[in-house]
Amino acid sequence: MPVDLFTEKIDQNKSIEPRDPMPDDYRYHLIRQISQHAHSEVIGMQPEGNWITRAPSLRSKMILLAKIQDEGGHGLYLYSAAETLGISREEMIEQLQTGKARYSNIFNYPALTWADIGAIGWLVDGAAIVNQVMLQRTSYGPYARAMVRICKEESFHQRQGYEIMAKMAAGTPEQHEMAQDALNRWWAPALMMFGPPDAESLHSKKAFQWKIKRESNDALRQKFIDKTVQQTEVIGLKIPDPGLRFNEETGHYETSPLNWDEFYRVINGNGPCNRQRIEHHKKVHAEGQWVREAAAAYAEKLRTGVLEQ
Amino acid sequence: MDTQLDLWEVFVQSKSGQPFKHAGSVHASDKQMALQNARDVYTRRGETSGLWVVRAVDIVAADLEDSEMLFDPSNEKIYRHPTFYEVPEGAKNI
Ligand SMILES: [Fe+2]
Ligand SMILES: [Fe+2]
Repeated sequence: MPVDLFTEKIDQNKSIEPRDPMPDDYRYHLIRQISQHAHSEVIGMQPEGNWITRAPSLRSKMILLAKIQDEGGHGLYLYSAAETLGISREEMIEQLQTGKARYSNIFNYPALTWADIGAIGWLVDGAAIVNQVMLQRTSYGPYARAMVRICKEESFHQRQGYEIMAKMAAGTPEQHEMAQDALNRWWAPALMMFGPPDAESLHSKKAFQWKIKRESNDALRQKFIDKTVQQTEVIGLKIPDPGLRFNEETGHYETSPLNWDEFYRVINGNGPCNRQRIEHHKKVHAEGQWVREAAAAYAEKLRTGVLEQ
Repeated sequence: MDTQLDLWEVFVQSKSGQPFKHAGSVHASDKQMALQNARDVYTRRGETSGLWVVRAVDIVAADLEDSEMLFDPSNEKIYRHPTFYEVPEGAKNI
């Protein structure tokens, strides 16, 4: 009976709320997806955080700090949405640190130069936005609401990245070269952020039935390509794909097939930064242990009346 | 022992005079920390004039199974709507 209520709500495009009946598979699918999304926001702070002390001006440093702080906030919105499904924060952190839960593969690549900070904002946040705009209409209420909040904040992220790229592309020949090099390295990994081609996508079918996902990996990827090619031309850079062409009939750009072997190699732990990302997370988490313990001890003193707030 | 502290629900008022709306949750050990975290997480864009935090365990929610009974639209009580009443011709401002 209760699951019928679930199907009815899904059919009527009503959002599913934490206390509503839902099939176990729906719950697990969401926990996996939302926690993975949260981990991506948090791990994604690392490649950018690496550049805070080396930002080329005070203006760019303030912007980068604000952007990274937003990403931490995004992680928290999403952890809080996942918690409404009955998983604790402790469990999620543990799954991340033991490799049971994943994060977006893109963050296993390093940010080598300042132009990479531009490429990350423009391409990585840009790709994330395409996906997140769709997720504003996802069927689970707390997830959809977190997405609305996140999308509002994301547009500045993409623009600040594009601004960096545009400035460098218009700078000295060396700066132009750095911008092009960053685009060369981030282009394919950014396209792979949308996940494997529809024909091979493992989790898609049910995600569509449950209206968690509303557009396919390939459709979202295409949207991103069509937008980005134009933006690349405007700043005088080149998409690093000799197979890129505009199809007059479909009105879309066509690209060469992506190297999915490379994707699976990296996602399975053999990318340039996988180990470093998790080690760093563990280190910082352990360093914060005393703060959590002190806060808990203080709360206990308040509770027992030893101290007053 | 690791702890992620207690769960608190956060309500934000975006403009003075507007109702408070649920924004999400934070973890904190006490009231002060809960407010501080809520401020950092949910009000970074300055569109806020009020902020509430409440321990998640203290929230009492209606059971979905009772929703038919609780949230019955009472459509038969049409006398609850102003259009139910006859106003004599010529009466103004009512
Ligand atoms: Fe984000
Ligand atoms: Fe972002």
